[in-house]
Amino acid sequence: MLFTGEEIVDELTQIGVTHAIWIPDNTLGAWEDALVSAASIELLRICREGEAWPMAAGLVMGGRTPILIMQTTGLFESGDALRNILFDLKVPVIAIIGARNWLNADSRDTAKTYAEPILNAWGVDYRVVASEKDKPLVNEFLSECLQDQRSGIILLAE
Amino acid sequence: MEPQKHMSRIPFRDALQTLADARKNSDVVITNQGSARVWPLIATHPLDFHFNPSTMGGAIPLATGLALAQPERNVIVLSGDGSLLMSLGSLVSSVAARCRNLTVILLDNDRYDVTGGQDTAATDLNMRFDDMARAVGFESVSTYCDGPHWQRDVESVLQATGPRFSWLKVEAALPDDMKTPPEPMWKQQSRFHEALNA
Repeated sequence: MLFTGEEIVDELTQIGVTHAIWIPDNTLGAWEDALVSAASIELLRICREGEAWPMAAGLVMGGRTPILIMQTTGLFESGDALRNILFDLKVPVIAIIGARNWLNADSRDTAKTYAEPILNAWGVDYRVVASEKDKPLVNEFLSECLQDQRSGIILLAE
Repeated sequence: MEPQKHMSRIPFRDALQTLADARKNSDVVITNQGSARVWPLIATHPLDFHFNPSTMGGAIPLATGLALAQPERNVIVLSGDGSLLMSLGSLVSSVAARCRNLTVILLDNDRYDVTGGQDTAATDLNMRFDDMARAVGFESVSTYCDGPHWQRDVESVLQATGPRFSWLKVEAALPDDMKTPPEPMWKQQSRFHEALNA
């Protein structure tokens, strides 16, 4: 795991995140205790990823700074909501997407195969964080997105 | 009230007119699908946002986010039954988020209005959306299938302990009322943003 819960909370706190909307997978799930304990971040548990994008939009429209945390499978599931919020409503949303099996070179997991093609098809700007040297990208890229009021996704290798 | 498929229903426009008359000046109203087309015909307010085109089932999560971001305002969201069926879990997420300032108004006409009135999967089931809302944990749940009772109670519904869920059995919207789409969202954004932050 590239980030411990405490490390990710530190990154999100630094960039001013107020709400983390999430459905965990078995990698991201390890962050739960730290997110629950985070003083300046409210953890919002949803039932299906399609809820996440409009919920984030409501928070952004109301002046807050949410981030979505979900797995690539959830990204695929929530494609219509992503399309509607980012391209119809034009509300910028940032997200960390756990890229299942990214670090498993031999994996034929289609959730790995389609992660980048799907993001490219949507035209959503993203950065892959797959090693220790990539870790500063989380702060740098998401800060830029927030400053420029544009959407962006961290594809976090699992 | 015991709403059943063949019981009386509130005319769609009347249900919305009653709500429009009762909403407070500081209340946010989020419409989508059918209500996004009819509401602008009867009311305009800077804190109205017509979420159209919207991902079906997206209005309640959007309103939940707004309610969390603006806890001093009541956020009223109008959802059709078809949209709610697309995202029943959003009721759970809203309650889990502890949005006491959220009011969900379910406009249930047992059909997909905007696509021409086809049945939903629930049309023949006499589904109890009010029981579902109670089971999820909405603090205040009410049910109406006639206009006079809805008109009598609407203010108390909006002031009850939240989160609130009100199930209205309504007639299909009038075809002429469905012809005009609301103002494009990009045109609404700046006005809505200014009103929210006024």
